[in-house]
Order: sequence, then structure tokens, then C-alpha cells
Amino acid sequence: MAEAEGQAETKSGFESLVEKGRRFLESLGEGTMRAVSEVGFGAWLLIRVVFFIFLGPSRAQPVRIPATFERAMEVGIKALPIVTLMSITVGMMLAIQGIYSLRIFGAEDQVTIGVAFSVSREFAPLITGVIVAGRTGSSLAARIGTMRISQELDALEVMGIEPVRFLVAPALIAMVVMVPLLALWADVVMLLGAGIYIWAELGLTMGAYVHQLRDLLRPEDVMHGFWKSILFGILITLVGVINGAGVTGGAEGVGRMTTRSVVLAISAIIVTDMIFGFITTR
Amino acid sequence: MAEPEQAPTSGHQELPQEQRERGPAPDAETVIEIKKLVTHYGERQILFNVDLNVRQGEIVVIMGGSGSGKSTLLNTLLGLLRPTSGTVEILGQDLHHITDIDRTHLRQKLGVAFQGGALFGSMSVLDNIILPLREHTKLDIHTMRIMARLKMQVVNLAGFEDLMPSELSGGMIKRAAFARAIVMDPRILFCDEPSAGLDPIVASTIDDLILNLRDAMGMSIVVVTHELESAFRIADRICVLDKGKLIFDGTVEEVKKSDNERIQNLLNRRTETENLDPDEYLRRLTAAHD
Repeated sequence: MAEAEGQAETKSGFESLVEKGRRFLESLGEGTMRAVSEVGFGAWLLIRVVFFIFLGPSRAQPVRIPATFERAMEVGIKALPIVTLMSITVGMMLAIQGIYSLRIFGAEDQVTIGVAFSVSREFAPLITGVIVAGRTGSSLAARIGTMRISQELDALEVMGIEPVRFLVAPALIAMVVMVPLLALWADVVMLLGAGIYIWAELGLTMGAYVHQLRDLLRPEDVMHGFWKSILFGILITLVGVINGAGVTGGAEGVGRMTTRSVVLAISAIIVTDMIFGFITTR
Repeated sequence: MAEPEQAPTSGHQELPQEQRERGPAPDAETVIEIKKLVTHYGERQILFNVDLNVRQGEIVVIMGGSGSGKSTLLNTLLGLLRPTSGTVEILGQDLHHITDIDRTHLRQKLGVAFQGGALFGSMSVLDNIILPLREHTKLDIHTMRIMARLKMQVVNLAGFEDLMPSELSGGMIKRAAFARAIVMDPRILFCDEPSAGLDPIVASTIDDLILNLRDAMGMSIVVVTHELESAFRIADRICVLDKGKLIFDGTVEEVKKSDNERIQNLLNRRTETENLDPDEYLRRLTAAHD
């Protein structure tokens, strides 16, 4: 009797393990399917935007120029204060850490080398991308999500106004233009912030610092960050739109997908940054 | 925001209910033809072989309880949902089997007033109404504003041009949505629950508006509603959906006389369980859930 009970218990324990395994595989499969479907949707959005940019005017479906400028103002000009503040802070921080590390070897006067390359190739586009993802990517996801739950996207479609042309294309064009420009601005401000700290700490004059930068930096170092920023702009837009369009369940759903959008956009930026850096330094 | 006082909407003199001639002309053109429409949400079948026609100048009201498939039918008619099988022909074009560009052009001949209005929150009422003109015509902005203001007068919203949708009352939002839906002078107007959530007086003005739009502009109008009073007032024909099947298609008088139990339940606002045998009701309540 006791043996039979023991067997039953073992069997039920085994069954529960199998059940957990099955659920794990199911959720893994669902997650994979969702990721593949979202990547496909993103590719479709990108192709549609390119279609409307080049063929829209000939089919009476042009991309809206005023809306594109409006988006560009939102993405670029209105983000200038926060990008400037963060850039000057990060520039100083890099100089602080650089001098601290190099002092171990008595080579703190070489700090400009580290600062110049890390700012132009890495930190300026990365910090800009993260700020834009948190600021504009989230607002894009929230805007599209709200439009979805209030049937505004349906309204656009039934009015014969293609939502991709009306909403996504202006946002994508604005991002592709403004994020690299912001990154260039961040380059300048970060290097300025680092220069101020280096002058205060090591007594290197601003003229000598700029001279060192001109000797060190090649156009391709700046362009490395520039091209990367274009990719970041595309990623932030697509992630925002995909998450906004996937909103279900009212205001709570908008909040959930907006958070997801920011997390995914920043993750995508960091992973892309690593891959881009790896490929372009081979 | 207070409701503006009711005013004559389009100069059209409305006849008393009993004098108003119901129905389109006998030889009126068919503008919507639905054949054997089947729609699924995932694995779940929502519509079962629905056949329905709408003629020029006709007001067809689609009724049914919650979950009957009304909204699914409307979404399929609008091209927002793709049917599993069957066809939806609108103005002679198969909505689901034409190119995107053709569908976009076809949609310019349709107007839709959504249940919640679906006005763009970032635009003023006037900009909302102008939007279809701005996107589909080459008119100058001055002409567009005049046209939009004319439609705002039709829906009795003149003077509210600069307000944002968040500043409007429920009835005003519905009327602004109507103004946007008719600004391109569509041949067919779709209305989703036009009087839902409104007080009886405002609901009545919406009904008048629908009748006036049909009479003054000759539009065909498809209304999805579960408001009986409104349906009886405006409908030339009533179609009743039940569990995804079209169980009735006829005039107001015919639906009132119908001896179909499910239609009578709907008309008398009786739930299905109220008619159940007590034993059956108990069996359903206590049935094991697997």
C-alpha cells in the first residue's frame, strides 16, 4: 500500500516536472515566435516607409513635410538641453576616470587620447541614443498605443490615410536626420566638458587640448559615431512603433508597452553598438 | 461643456415619423453586397455565412446582443478585418481582393463614425474635420475650412471649431465624428453605436442627423446598434445577428411581428437564461469546467 502510494507520488512529481518543462518550452516558443513576428513587422515598416518616401508622391500618398519638421523639432531641437547637460557631464566623467586610471602609470597627460576616441566613437552616439530612446521612443510608443486603443489608427485607415505614411514615415525621417546631428553636437559638448576638467586638473590649456584633438581624431572616427547614430534612430523608431501598435488592454496596456519599448530600444542600441564596433574595427 | 441648442441641421424639413416614406427607390443600385461571409478570430469562428445587401439611399440597422458579431461584421465591412471566406463588394469592388491603392481610393467614398468618435486628440475639432480634405484633395486651406464649417453646421457644431476633442461632451464628440465622416460627401456612411451612452435627447438629435444625411444627401447608411428605440426610428431595414448568424433581415414592422424567440428576447430585453428551464439552468451552473 505504502509502496503504491510512493509510486504514485513519484509519478505525480515526474508528471509535474514534465508539465513545467512543457510550459517552459511553450513560453520559449511563443517568445521566439513573437520576436520573429516583430522583426518581420519592423522590416515591413521600413520597406513601407522607403516606398512612401520614393513612390508616395507619384501615387498621391506623399510623406507629410510639415509633420516631419514637427517631429524633427521634437526629436532634435527640444532634446538639445538634456543632451547638452548629459554630454557635458559624461565628458567630465570620462576625464575624471581617465586621469584617475592613467595616474597609476604616471601617464595622465595622455588622457586626451582616451577621451577623444571614446567620445567620438562610443559615448556621444550611445548617450544620445539612450536619451532619445527614453524621451522620444517612449512618447512615440505611447502616442501610437493611445491612438490604437482610441481607434484613431482604424479611423486613419478607413479614411484612406495610410497610418505608416501618416505617422511612421515622418517620425522615422526625423529620427534618421536628427539623431546623428544630436550625436555630433554631443561629440562637441562632451569633448568640451572633458577639456574643461583636464584644464582644471592638469592645467592643459584649451588651445593645446584642441590641438591634440585635431592631431588625434580622423574624420572616420567621427563618422563611425555618425553612422551608428543613424542605425540607433531607425531602431528607436521601429521599436517604438512596433510596441505602440501592439498595445492591448487600455491605459494599462499603453504603460506596459511604453516601458517595454524603452527597455527594448536601449537593449537594441547597446547590442547594435557592440556588433557595429566589432565589425568596423576588424 | 454644455450641449449647443438643437437647430435645424441642413434646411431639410423632416416629416413626421408616420409620413416619412421608408426605404430606397425600388430600382436603387446595390452599394454593398456581402456573400457567404465567414470570419474567425484565431480558432474561434465569429461570423457564419452572412449574406447581406445594402441599396443606395437605404438605412440598414444591424442589431444583436453582445458577442453576436456586430462589431466583427462592421470591421470586416470596413476592411479592418480580413474574412476567412466570402466576399464584401462595396460600390462594385471586392474590398478584400483589390490593391492597397484601389482600397485607399475606395475608402475615400466611405465615411465612418466610430463609437468613441476616434477624433485625433492632438488636433482641434476643425483640423480633425479638415484632415480627409487635406489628405485627399488639392483644395486651398481657405476652401477646406469653409467646407468643414458647412459640415459642422450640418451636425449643429458651429462655433466649436477651435476646441480640442478633450473639451467636448459625449454628444458633441459623436457629432464631430459625423462631421468628419461626411466631409468628403461619402456615398456610404457607417455608424458604430451612434447613440450609445448618450442621454435620450442627444440620442434623438443623432437619429435626426442620420435621417437628414440620408434624405438630404442620398447616402446609404449602415448603423450598428443595440439601441432599440433608435433602430426603430431610423431603420429602413433591420438585420439581426445572433451568435454570428444573420437570423433576420426585414422591415421594422416585420421584426416587431417576428415570432422568432431569439428576436423577441432581443426586442423585449430578455436574457437567454430567463427562458431556460430551471433544471437546465441549474445543470449549466453546476457543469464541471474542464
